[in-house]
Amino acid sequence: MSIYWPVALAMGVGTFLLRFSFILIMDKMTFPDAVTRMLRFIPASVLTALIVPAVLLGRNGEAAFAGWERLLAALVAVVVAWKTKNTFVTIASGMGVLWLLQAVM
Amino acid sequence: MSNSFKAFVSGARDASPILIGIVPFGLICGAIGVGTGMPEWASIGFSAIIFAGASQLVVNQLMAEHASLLVIILTGLLINMRMLMYSASLAPHFRGLPLVRKGLFAYLLTDQAYALSIARYGREDGESVNKPPYYLGTALTVWACFNGTTVLGAYLGAFIPPEWDLGFAIPLTFIAVVVPAIKDRPSVLAAMAAGIVALLAVPLPCNLGLMAGAVSGIAVGYLAERRLTRG
Repeated sequence: MSIYWPVALAMGVGTFLLRFSFILIMDKMTFPDAVTRMLRFIPASVLTALIVPAVLLGRNGEAAFAGWERLLAALVAVVVAWKTKNTFVTIASGMGVLWLLQAVM
Repeated sequence: MSNSFKAFVSGARDASPILIGIVPFGLICGAIGVGTGMPEWASIGFSAIIFAGASQLVVNQLMAEHASLLVIILTGLLINMRMLMYSASLAPHFRGLPLVRKGLFAYLLTDQAYALSIARYGREDGESVNKPPYYLGTALTVWACFNGTTVLGAYLGAFIPPEWDLGFAIPLTFIAVVVPAIKDRPSVLAAMAAGIVALLAVPLPCNLGLMAGAVSGIAVGYLAERRLTRG
């Protein structure tokens, strides 16, 4: 079962290159104007694309609805994040609502 | 206290509440390697070398299923494709840093460090913060927490009861960071498009749905902004 060393090496080097890519070459080049304007939408787009499946689908990646508790807890967290702009309060309220709903449902 | 040390501490402080989502993740990543047949030290090393939890869980599963080496590596790297976008997004803020520091920053790049830093740089007073040390403060905090907990996970197993569902703290982290950063109509449209496409594209293999959602969101945001500025 020593396949893990080639996997670790290839994944380590490959993932590092994906991370390094633009940070490395940015000094020697500038993005075209259109790309610069697209960069602004990376946080909202990538993070939302991570959030929605993580909230709605099963914990181990199977495509099954994970339950209303998670959805409601996430919606509460969205409102709290919007009103308070506080990371800790947002996470605490989301987890709190989730546990509360799991206890009563 | 120097300006850069202040920024570093501020980054580390901002990263502290999100560690609740990192702890169970690190425990699982440390434990799953041992479950796949690695000795404890190898599972810990595996996490330190790759340092990308979601892809580690998937490649461990593929190794357990005896998939071919090429399939394992390509699947894992596809899951980490989003790092290209984070790299492009952060690159303008790290211009002119020495090469070694850039390499260190790249190795430490995670969803969490990216999300916290880009949100901080985008605030009204974002230009006043010393950007590289702030990023290092967030990234190093996440790194230390993840790798510390992989050690615990490798030796003790994932000892947090799964019914606590602490993994749910990870999407909550992103909600906490991204919602306040969405301030205008193009960003709202971008987020909606990204979420809807990512959900519809879940059946796609190798987490391609994530990239499909991300690209759709960026395209919609860009087009919406162009329409606004023209008309």
